[in-house]
Amino acid sequence: MRRYAGLLTLILAVALAAPPARAQEKPRYGGELIFAVPSQPPSYDAHQEETFGVIHPVAPHYNTLLRVEPFDRTGTKPVGDLAESWTIAKDGLTYTFKIRRGVKFHDGSDMTSRDIKASYDKIIFPPPGLKSSRRTTYQAVEAVEAPDPYTVRFRLKWPESSFLLNLASPWNFIYKADILAKDMRWYERNVMGTGPFTFVEYVKGSHWVGKKNPNYWDKGKPYLDGYRALFISSSSAQVAAVRGERAHIQFRGFTPADRDSLKQALGDKITVQESPWDCVLMVAMNHTRKPFDDKRVRRALTLALDRYEASKNLSRIAIVRDVAGIQVPGTPWATPPAELEKLAGYSRDIGKSRAEAKRLLREAGVPDGFAFTFKNRGIPQPYEPIGIWLIDQWRQIGLNVKQEIVEASAYHPMLKRGDFEVAMDFACGFIVEPDLDLGRFVTSSDANYGKHQDKVIDELYQKQARAVDAEERRKYLRALEKRLLDEEVHVMYTLQWNRIIPHSSKVKGWTITPAHYLNNMLDTVWLSE
Amino acid sequence: MAIERATERLGELDGAPARPWVDAARDFVRRRPLGAVGAAVVLLMLVVALLANLLTPYNPVAVDFAAMLAPPSASHWLGTDAFGRDVLARLIYGSRTALFVGFGAAFFGATVGAVLGVGSAYFGGRVDLYVQRVMDVFLSFPLIILALAIVAILGNNLPNLITAITIPMIPRCALVIRASALSIREMPYIDAARAAGFGHGRIILRHMLPNVMAPYLILLTAFLGQAILLEASLSFLGLGVQEPTAAWGLMLRGAAVEFAEAAPWMAIFPGLAISLAVFAFNLFGDSLRDALDPRLRTQ
Repeated sequence: MRRYAGLLTLILAVALAAPPARAQEKPRYGGELIFAVPSQPPSYDAHQEETFGVIHPVAPHYNTLLRVEPFDRTGTKPVGDLAESWTIAKDGLTYTFKIRRGVKFHDGSDMTSRDIKASYDKIIFPPPGLKSSRRTTYQAVEAVEAPDPYTVRFRLKWPESSFLLNLASPWNFIYKADILAKDMRWYERNVMGTGPFTFVEYVKGSHWVGKKNPNYWDKGKPYLDGYRALFISSSSAQVAAVRGERAHIQFRGFTPADRDSLKQALGDKITVQESPWDCVLMVAMNHTRKPFDDKRVRRALTLALDRYEASKNLSRIAIVRDVAGIQVPGTPWATPPAELEKLAGYSRDIGKSRAEAKRLLREAGVPDGFAFTFKNRGIPQPYEPIGIWLIDQWRQIGLNVKQEIVEASAYHPMLKRGDFEVAMDFACGFIVEPDLDLGRFVTSSDANYGKHQDKVIDELYQKQARAVDAEERRKYLRALEKRLLDEEVHVMYTLQWNRIIPHSSKVKGWTITPAHYLNNMLDTVWLSE
Repeated sequence: MAIERATERLGELDGAPARPWVDAARDFVRRRPLGAVGAAVVLLMLVVALLANLLTPYNPVAVDFAAMLAPPSASHWLGTDAFGRDVLARLIYGSRTALFVGFGAAFFGATVGAVLGVGSAYFGGRVDLYVQRVMDVFLSFPLIILALAIVAILGNNLPNLITAITIPMIPRCALVIRASALSIREMPYIDAARAAGFGHGRIILRHMLPNVMAPYLILLTAFLGQAILLEASLSFLGLGVQEPTAAWGLMLRGAAVEFAEAAPWMAIFPGLAISLAVFAFNLFGDSLRDALDPRLRTQ
C-alpha cells in the first residue's frame, strides 16, 4: 500500500491543482469585451496580411474551415469550424471535408463549399498581382474542388503531415465567393463573414467594434453582446488601460514587470495566463564572411551560452523563459530535455562548454579579443535584454562584441541583403508545426539569412514533411535539429519566448496558446460580471 | 638662469602676478563661487572619467545574474541594474561616454560655427547672405529634432552621434560669432592687414578669430552641457550609444523604466548624474561669460 501512497498523493495533487472543468462554469451572456491591440490593421484581408493587428480585431467576423481547439493550451489540435467532419485518403493525397449546413454570411446569404473553394483558391492560387502571404505553405496542393455545395476536396501532389493543421490557420478567413468573383480586393477594405460577430465600425487609430451575430450557426454562441478593440501602441498605455479597468485584456502579451505591477495593483481582479510562445530569437551567422564560415567558430559561439542560467534569470526581466530546440516545449514535436542537453551549447556544464569554445576558437585561428559587430533589431522586448546577454556570454570566451541596433523597419532588408557578420534573427509562428517553423532553414529559403548551403538539411526537411508515421517524422526532426544546431551550427537558438497575459478576472472562456494569432474568434469568451 | 630668477623676483616685488593662471583661478573662485562649484564638478568628472578603471572593481558590462536588481548596499553602493551590473561602475564609465561625446560635439560645433561666422562676417555681401540663410534653415529646427533626423539618416554609432549633435550647434555658434566678428571687421587693423596685401585666410585666422575667442569659449562651455544632455536624450531614445556600453542616457531606458517602482535606483542615479553634469557646465559657462565679457566685467 505504501508503494502506491506516493502515486495516490500525486494524483490527488494533480486533481486539486487542475483548473475546474469548463462544464462547471456556466457562461454568462451579455457584456462587451474590451481589449487593447498594440498594432493596427494595414488592410482587413487576412489572406495577405502578416500582423496580429489584423487577426485580433477582425477574426471575430469570420470562420475558418478548421480551427485549433480553443481550450487546447498547445494550440496544435485541429477541430472543425465550418467543416463538420473530414476524411483522408489512405495515400494521404486527398482530404475531403463535409461542410456545415445552415451557415449564413452576415448579409443573410448561405455559405457553401463554393465560398470555401473561392477563398482557398485566392490563398493558394492568387491571381497575378494579388498578395497571398502564406501561399508557399500550400505548395503540396494541386487543386481545391467543390463537388457539391457541402463538400470540399483538397487534392495534394504529395502527402504532407502538416496539412490538416495548416488548414486550421487563423489567417484563412472564409470569404464570399460572389464578392471575390466581382472584386478580389474587396475584402481589403470591407468585412463580410460568417463569424460570431458582425462589423459595426472602425475608426482608424482609435477602435474597432463588433456586435453579436444573432444568426450565428453555433447555437447559443457567442456569449458576448459585442467587443471593442482599442488600438493602443504604447505598452505602458496598454498596461494603464488594464490597470484602470478600461480594457479587460490584451491578447499579444505583457512583460514580467507589467505582469507583476498589474498583479500587485489589482490582486485577484487579475488572472495571469502564461505559455511558451511560438516565437524565438535566433542568432544568424553569415556563412559568407570570415571567420563565421568556419563551423568551429559558430560552434564556439553557441557553446558560450549558458542557456539554463539565462532561462532562470532573464525570465524575470524579459519575455523569454524556456530552453528549447526547434519546437516549442510541451508541444508534440518538442525535443525531450535529455536529448536537448546533448546538443552543443545545451550542456549543463557551462565551464566545460566554454573551455571547449575557447579551444575551438584557438584552433580556428581566432585571436583572443577578436572583435565583431552584432546587429540587433531596435525593439526593446526581448531583443534588447537578449542582445546584452549574448554579448556578455561571448565576452566570457574572449570575444569583443559591439552591438549595432538597426531600426525595426530597416532590419529585415538588412538581413536579406546579408549585410551583417552576426545578427539577431527572429521567427514567430501562428501554429506550432515543424513544416511551418523549419522551412526557413532550407537552403533556398528567403529566410536563410546566414546563407548556408546544406543538402542534408534540405533532405531531412522534406523527409519529415512527408513522413506519415509520427515516429518516423520524430526521427527525421531530431536528425535535422542535430545537424542544424550541433554538427553545422548554421544558426543558434537563444530562449523560447514566454507569453504572459494578465487579464481581468471577469474574462472567462479564453485559453492561452503558444501563438498570439490563435483563439481570437471570441465565440467561447464570456464576462463573469 | 640667474637672470630669469631675478626677473621673476623683480616682478613679484613690483606686484605683478608671478603665476597668472593660479591668481586668475583664485580670483574666479572669489568673485564667482557658483561658477567655481561648477568648475569643480567638471574637474571631478574629468578625473573620474580618466581614472574609471581605478575607481571601481566592477566591470560595467559584466552581467551578474546573482546580483540582479540589488538595492544599494555595501557591495554595490548605488545598487545594480536588471542584469546585475553595478550602477556606480556604469555611472563612472558613463562619464567617459558623456565627456567624449560632449567635448567632441561641442568642440567641433563651436569651431566650425566660429569659422563660418567669422568668414561670413568678413566676406559680407552675397557670401554672408547665403551662409546666413542656410544657418536660418538649420536654426528653424529644434536642437533635438535636427539631431534625431541626422542620426536616423546616418545610423546610430558613436561618430555619427557626435556628428548629429555637432551639426545643430554649428548655426547657433555661427550666429553669435558673426555678430562679434562684424564689429571686428570694421577695425582699422583689419583694414591695415588688407592694405598690406594679406590673404583672406591669414586675416581671418590670424586677426579675426583670436579676437572672438571670448564668445567662442563661452559657447564651448555652454554647448558642452547641451551636448551631454542631447547625447543622453538620444541614447534614451535608443538612437545614441548602444548597449552594453555604459552611458547615462542608456541607463535610463529599458529596464529602468519597467522597474521604476521596484528598483528606482536604476533611474535615480543616472538622472542625478545627467542633471549635475549639465548644471555644472551651465554654471561654469555662465560664470565664464561674466568673467570674459568686458561689458559685464566693467559692471
